[in-house]
Amino acid sequence: MSGPAILQVENLAKRFGGIVATDDLSLEIAAGELHAVIGPNGAGKTTLIAQLSGQLTPDSGRIHFSGADITTLPMYRRSRLGLARSFQITSLFLDLSVLDNVALAVQAHAGHSFRFWRDARREPALRDPARAVLVRAGLSERADQPASALSHGEHRQLELAMALASAPRMLLLDEPMAGLGPEESSAMVTMLRALKGKVTILLVEHDMEAVFALADRITVLVYGRVIASGTPDDIRANAAVREAYLGESEGAHV
Amino acid sequence: MRPALNFRTIVTVVLIAALVLLPLYTGLSGNRFLLTLFTRIVIMALAAVSLNLMLGYGGMMSFGHAAYLGIGGYAVGILAHEGVLNGFVQWPVALAASALFALVIGALSLRTRGVYFIMITLAFAQMTYYTFAGLARYGGDDGLTIYKRSQFVAPIDLSNKTQFYYICLALLFGAIYLVWRLTNSRFGMAIQGARSNDIRMRAIGFPTYRYRLVCFVIAGTLCGLAGALLANQNDFVSPSIMYWTRSGDLIIMVVLGGMATPFGPVIGAVALLVLEEALSGITEYWQIILGPLLLLVVLFARGGIDGLLARADSKVRS
Ligand SMILES: Nc1ncnc2c1ncn2[C@@H]1O[C@H](COP(=O)(O)OP(=O)(O)OP(=O)(O)O)[C@@H](O)[C@H]1O
Ligand SMILES: [Mg+2]
Repeated sequence: MSGPAILQVENLAKRFGGIVATDDLSLEIAAGELHAVIGPNGAGKTTLIAQLSGQLTPDSGRIHFSGADITTLPMYRRSRLGLARSFQITSLFLDLSVLDNVALAVQAHAGHSFRFWRDARREPALRDPARAVLVRAGLSERADQPASALSHGEHRQLELAMALASAPRMLLLDEPMAGLGPEESSAMVTMLRALKGKVTILLVEHDMEAVFALADRITVLVYGRVIASGTPDDIRANAAVREAYLGESEGAHV
Repeated sequence: MRPALNFRTIVTVVLIAALVLLPLYTGLSGNRFLLTLFTRIVIMALAAVSLNLMLGYGGMMSFGHAAYLGIGGYAVGILAHEGVLNGFVQWPVALAASALFALVIGALSLRTRGVYFIMITLAFAQMTYYTFAGLARYGGDDGLTIYKRSQFVAPIDLSNKTQFYYICLALLFGAIYLVWRLTNSRFGMAIQGARSNDIRMRAIGFPTYRYRLVCFVIAGTLCGLAGALLANQNDFVSPSIMYWTRSGDLIIMVVLGGMATPFGPVIGAVALLVLEEALSGITEYWQIILGPLLLLVVLFARGGIDGLLARADSKVRS
């Protein structure tokens, strides 16, 4: 699993006032791998994803995506390069239908949207791929409901479906299982497993069972700093990780 | 499927029919005043439709939309004052000037959000107001009388009140159709997505600023057309056409009628201006009655009058 790196992060740093949210962080993710980033609450995982996706600008450091320096690229341009993200706190178009949500993500990658006349809701070029993604996400029955009518679990599925709709080369997933029940979680794991290998994934997740079941490699963040990086076996055996993060109780079932 | 007959459709159809047939009634009864009033209502409805495009569909709360009424109106007034009476020159100039103006104001104000956006659009509109109030050559504060309405080719005669009314009405219907097509297009989906969740839009690959800006310019241009009509209707244009209370009236029309609905702003314009006219006939303290009435609609009828009708329909069905 060590192909050429698709994402390279060099000496990334981000502060919020006195808080160091990202501390001289370097990371390489090989094309095709599923790379998990774990760490306690407030470790800087979401802040890292925000910088990778372009929502936040780092104070220093560089980010390369498939060879190009994207450190200062705006969010929409990164999305167009094939870097898609999902949000820890569900971020949807709640007043639009479920299908509209996904169709917008398709539309974003189907040329510019300065098209003023034709009914976009009747364009097969937008609706068909969107429906296909909904089928994969198990949401096809809900296509015509407003997104606000979905349950929390379905919101998480839609969150992922929107990231997938643009056929990205790399996914940045911020806790896709947050708040899911056991059944919904295992459905999400099945979905991620199906994606594994087809698209490079950076997975931030607190569900250790899922992380250790899915990840090719794991990076552990504490206070914005990488304290360990390696295969699941390496991480399980790493004393610093056990002490700083996994603890006895969680380490037990890992 | 929706039943074809419901309150919402009935009200819309009756309103359209009333607007189309109004000149017959005023012609028979000789009530010229009513025709003048409704010409103004139709023009303001056009302005409200343009605001609805950016406020209702685009989520951009401009508190300076009346500025484009002024730009469009003064384009006609100034050209007429300088001896250019040809409508085929005046109106395109009015549209182009409004578009350019909206492009500059939009480019600057769309960098802000929320209250700042409201304040900056208001500030630009007030600046425009004071600029025109200072133009001594064109009447300054007192405004500019337009001695001759825009001239078009043979059968078209804007001084014919009935004809002018129908031209305004046709432009209003045209604008509603335009906005309806726009909002269902890819462009419309993009601006509604940006209204709903701007960060997500950018995260999935939309440069939202550009789409908002184009929406802002289209809305401003359409309002400039309303301004050109209003100047012709009044045979006069003055800075008061773009005073901030006028921008407030436009917002009220959109909210009262129903935001992000194709026909809502027309309902809102008719309701507000007819009510204003009726109440001011009864008492000079009409604003004391109108204010709380508007408050009630905003508080208890989310979605405005159009939303109220839609809800009545779903109650009847269930
Ligand atoms: N916009 C912000 N302004 C100020 N501080 C922030 C901001 N965003 C994050 N922080 C702080 O930066 C640190 C890292 O936060 P971040 O959200 O990245 O953590 P996380 O690892 O995603 O945590 P969790 O597991 O709870 O999601 C925290 O101390 C947080 O309070
Ligand atoms: Mg987080």
